[in-house]
Amino acid sequence: MSTEAASLPRAAAPPRPGVWAGLWEGHALPVVVVSLLIVALWYVGAVAMNADLQRSAFENAGQKTWTTAELVAGTLAQERPRLPAPHQVAEELWKTVVDTAPTSKRSLVYHAGITLSATVLGFLFGSVLGILLAVLIVHVRSLERSLMPWIVASQTIPIVALAPMIVIILNQLDVTGVVPKAAIAAYLSFFPVTVGMVKGLRSPDPLQLDLMRTYSASRLQTFLALRVPSSVPFLFASLKVGVAAALVGTVVAELTQSADGGFGARLLAGSYYGQTVQIWAALFAAALCACLLIAVVAFADRIVLRRMGYTR
Amino acid sequence: MRRAALLPLGGALASLAALAAPFGADAEGLGFARLCLGGLAAACLWAGFAPGVGARPAGTAAVAALAALAGVAVVRMLSGGLENTAGPGFALALVAVWLSAWHVVDAATAARPRDPRLASAANLVAPVVFGLTVLLLWEGVVRGFGSSMMKVILPAPSAIAARFGSSLPTLSADFAQTFQGVSVGYALGCGSGILVAILIDRVPFLQRGLLPLGNLVSALPIVGMAPIMVMWFGFDWQSKAAIVVIMTFFPQLVNTVAGLASAGRMERDLMKTYAASYGQTLAALRLPSALPFIFNGLKINSTLALIGAIVAEFFGTPIVGMGFRINTEVGRMNIDMVWATILVSALTGSLFYGFLTLVERRVTFWHASYRQRTT
Repeated sequence: MSTEAASLPRAAAPPRPGVWAGLWEGHALPVVVVSLLIVALWYVGAVAMNADLQRSAFENAGQKTWTTAELVAGTLAQERPRLPAPHQVAEELWKTVVDTAPTSKRSLVYHAGITLSATVLGFLFGSVLGILLAVLIVHVRSLERSLMPWIVASQTIPIVALAPMIVIILNQLDVTGVVPKAAIAAYLSFFPVTVGMVKGLRSPDPLQLDLMRTYSASRLQTFLALRVPSSVPFLFASLKVGVAAALVGTVVAELTQSADGGFGARLLAGSYYGQTVQIWAALFAAALCACLLIAVVAFADRIVLRRMGYTR
Repeated sequence: MRRAALLPLGGALASLAALAAPFGADAEGLGFARLCLGGLAAACLWAGFAPGVGARPAGTAAVAALAALAGVAVVRMLSGGLENTAGPGFALALVAVWLSAWHVVDAATAARPRDPRLASAANLVAPVVFGLTVLLLWEGVVRGFGSSMMKVILPAPSAIAARFGSSLPTLSADFAQTFQGVSVGYALGCGSGILVAILIDRVPFLQRGLLPLGNLVSALPIVGMAPIMVMWFGFDWQSKAAIVVIMTFFPQLVNTVAGLASAGRMERDLMKTYAASYGQTLAALRLPSALPFIFNGLKINSTLALIGAIVAEFFGTPIVGMGFRINTEVGRMNIDMVWATILVSALTGSLFYGFLTLVERRVTFWHASYRQRTT
């Protein structure tokens, strides 16, 4: 199919495409195909990367010759492969999520609970802080001029580098448990929320603001009736970024504060003991949690926007 | 009373109170500091309450100059014997300088000069004054009132600067180590992102499959792949480059694909009437119009690349590198060294970003967002 055809508007397409054409034009089939391609590539990669290990394993076992089928089967069933096969990761996930009691330290549900509680707490705190700061920035001009450039500039620096220091300092001040991790999650999620919310509160155009003035609306009334409603789409867009950033912050904080558990601690332990399957399982669980958090925010987004009449 | 006069009034009152209150131990430079504070009080009153409104900006300028002088004098007293023993007068002096700086920022924001160069200077005044005030308050509070514990966990800016100056060789070695991984990974990741975007441009099926996945992956905690990369590629910079490649690839891909789709239909039709080939359209129309998007991806990735490399160094390095330094010095409670390293990483990040912005301006000077500024 040529690019020119793809850029034609939808109306020009045949009025009733068949099921297959619909699948081909839609997103679901391509995503599935590409995902399957990735899984296939992953298997190839697993065989290629683990082959050396497997050969030496055969030699150590005194086996002089082996068939290719044996070799491939061996590479996909190692205990500590360089790259575990997808089904090994899936098995590990199943074992640690479903087969293990959620209270056990071997259960990923247990670790997910630790990570998620810090993430959600930090995210809530960070977004409230970000929204408050945005409201201040929009209403106090000198604050906007003096603070906003610093907030924008701070986006260009790797703030995650601060995570270990914040954790250690808070630990020194006898603040332990969920709070230091939540602090970093809050810290990471508050920047995108502030920037997005300032943009959103500024989004009413001058005509609308003038209309409010002709109603002789007070600043508070303009804020509540015009600025807040028009900022909501911006708010949710930045909340999605913020919640993903909060999870990254929590995981990085758990690298430093690994005694409490969580995905970061699982990653660290896995890398210490060479438990690659465990690392990959923790990674996938973390990715699932990220998807879950974003989906929750997106769901809230859709409901709120529909109630507010943004989408019909 | 006018609201604009509140800050100068506060500044004047705080200065006068600082003159009256005890500063603590007998410190060198007390006379000079008191002189500055007296002048500051007078300037504040002038800026807030001068009979002719036209004369007040001169007062504000005097406030700026005297507040800077008073700030320097107050900090110098710390080294002159006031360290840890500062009294209420010292705190009031800090408050006076703070309120004065706030007034200066306020005035610079309220004044809207016609001359565009003056206007951009006024825009610069606010963040600079704000930053300097924060540094001054930080220095004054930590060194004037801080316990020894506080000085360990939150070192004063001067201590960080001293540490920065004395450990330049270590810091530059760390920087070189980390930057090697960052630059190689950044070039490979962004380069392959752009290349793959161009390659799949002719296959809309692949595009529709890769784009949602790319968007999803961009939101996932990819930094977590760092330990795996360290296992695969060893402790040295190669593993850092690898994690940077993974982190930067998808954002660059998604942005470039969006950019390639951004050329307008009119322009495409025009290229078609010229009978331009696919390659010609790509080179002459679609790649140039994708540049703002490509640069957006490059900018996002400049931060991501540093984050990836630093976090990967938490998992294992040869004993050099910014992430390694942060992790070990935090363990030894050498927080000043940590701050110095963070300063290096912040400088690297913002210089990298600034460089990209400069290149973007040179390359996409024709774009609407820059065109508007000159007219």
